Order: sequence, then structure tokens, then C-alpha cells
Amino acid sequence: MTGLLGPHAGFILASYAITLAVIAGLILWVRADHRAQRARLAELEARGVRRRSAAARGEAAAATATAAPEPRP
Amino acid sequence: MFQRLTALANPTRFLGLVERLGPWLVGLTLALFAVGLYGSLVLAPPDYQQGETVRIMFIHVPAAWLAMFTYALMAVSALGTLVWRHPLADVSAKAAAPLGAAFTFLALVTGSLWGKPMWGTWWIWDARLTSVLVLFIMYLGLIALWRTIEDPTRAARLAAILILVGTVNLPIIKFSVDWWNTLHQPASVMRLDGPTIDPSMLWPLLVMALAFTSLLTTLHLYAMRNEILRRRIRSLGLAAAAGTAS
Repeated sequence: MTGLLGPHAGFILASYAITLAVIAGLILWVRADHRAQRARLAELEARGVRRRSAAARGEAAAATATAAPEPRP
Repeated sequence: MFQRLTALANPTRFLGLVERLGPWLVGLTLALFAVGLYGSLVLAPPDYQQGETVRIMFIHVPAAWLAMFTYALMAVSALGTLVWRHPLADVSAKAAAPLGAAFTFLALVTGSLWGKPMWGTWWIWDARLTSVLVLFIMYLGLIALWRTIEDPTRAARLAAILILVGTVNLPIIKFSVDWWNTLHQPASVMRLDGPTIDPSMLWPLLVMALAFTSLLTTLHLYAMRNEILRRRIRSLGLAAAAGTAS
């Protein structure tokens, strides 16, 4: 391969290798950051800490469940 | 367009958009890189002067364009923070900064790797190289600013002001090769009288630029999603602390 790229093959290969490494690093950073945020969010919700909108949705669902008409015998 | 932007002011709606768009953007990015790399490494001929080293151009030039494009994106976000007070403006700017720093680093490193065989030196305090190095330092400074100031609102305002002050560097980078006598060559693509590059090299370069831009768009959306979750966690933590305190 390096014979194909001429006398300066090392510079060309190094450029592409560093570019690949930096792009892979960015992708890994974004994915790892997302996993960390989701884990912390799940931990807060496990402790019962919810967003107001989520809490309101939960209460509305509970209210409609209790208000459901009694099945007629 | 403006209604669409304000419609996206709702973070939950924005997160839904990212979930739907993300996979398509990933596919598009992979396809563009496949075509671009095949064109750059196989189809494009060697340069009559530089030989095979011209193949570094296919990553150096897109990285440099993205370094400047990302900063311009942050400048628009800074206006969104200061003028339109768009709730996702600062999220966009903060998410873009590490990406811009990475592309600027790539432009500097691949330029240096291209300069050593062609110019005989790794670095020279040339107007173009120096102004791009200043851009890299500004990215690092902005990232440090966001990490230093705890209160997001205050950090957003300071970062937005610093970003807008720093935009003066973009025309300096662009026109440095015209204003000063530089070792770095003048523009070969973005020219009023059209590109001076042969089409056999121009189309792989443009496809690689599209691939890099698609990569930036994808990473930026996913990084914004992370930032929105981070801010939700922060406000939930504050609410929980206030709840236990009362």
C-alpha cells in the first residue's frame, strides 16, 4: 500500500489515521456522554424525582383509571 | 423557517426530532464517506507536482471548512441566545464547541503533515496558519468558560458575547491568503471566477466536504440531546434538593 502512495506515504497514512482517530473519539464521546446522562436520569427517577410534566401525566393516568365505570353485573 | 425554529424551542419536541432524524443522518454520513473516500484514494489522479501527497487535501480542506463553519454556527446560536432568547441556542453553541475544536485540530495537524513534505517545515507563523491556531485556542477558551461557570444562564450570556467578539477571526482566516504574503496557497475552490482544481479532484473534495458536514450535523444533534438531558438532570437535582430542604 505504501509503495502505491509514493515517497511520502507516511505523511498521507498518518493524516488519514489521525482523522479517523479524532472522528472515532468524537463518536465515542457523544455515545458515552449519552449513556451517562441516561443513567443519572434513571437514578433520579428511581428516587422518585420526576419532571412536573411527567408527574402530571402520571396523576392523569391514575385519575382516569379510578374514574373508569364499574362493570355492570 | 422561523416558525419551525420556534417550534423546536420545546426541548421534548427537539428530542423527538433527533430520535427520528438521527439514524437517517448516520446512514447518509456513511454513504457520503464511502463515495468520498473511494473518489479521494482510488479515482482521483496524483498531482503533477505534489504526487500522491495531494490526497491529504481531501481531509485537510473539509476539516478547515468545518472548523470555520462550526464557529459560524456558534455565532448564529449566540445571536439566538442574546437576541431571540431561544432556549436551545446555548445548548447548540455548547454542543458545537468540542466538535469545532476537533475539526480545527484536524485542519492544523493534517496541514502540518502536508506541509512537511511539500514546504519542508511542520509549522510556520504564516497568517493563515496563525489565524487558524487562534481559532483553535478560542474554541478551547469557550469550552473552559462553559465548564467554569456553574450557572447556565450566566455562562450562556458570557459565552455568546465571547463568540460574537471572536467572529472577527473568520474573515481574517478566509482572506489572510489575500491580505498577506503567505506560504499557504490562495483559495482554489471558493473563488469568484470559479475553482482552479481539475474536476477529477474537485468532485471527491466536494463529496468529502458533504460527508464531513453530514458528520458534523449528526454529532451536533446527538450532542445537543445530551446537553438537554444534562440540564434536565441539573434542574431535577435542584428541585429534589429544594424539596428535601423545605
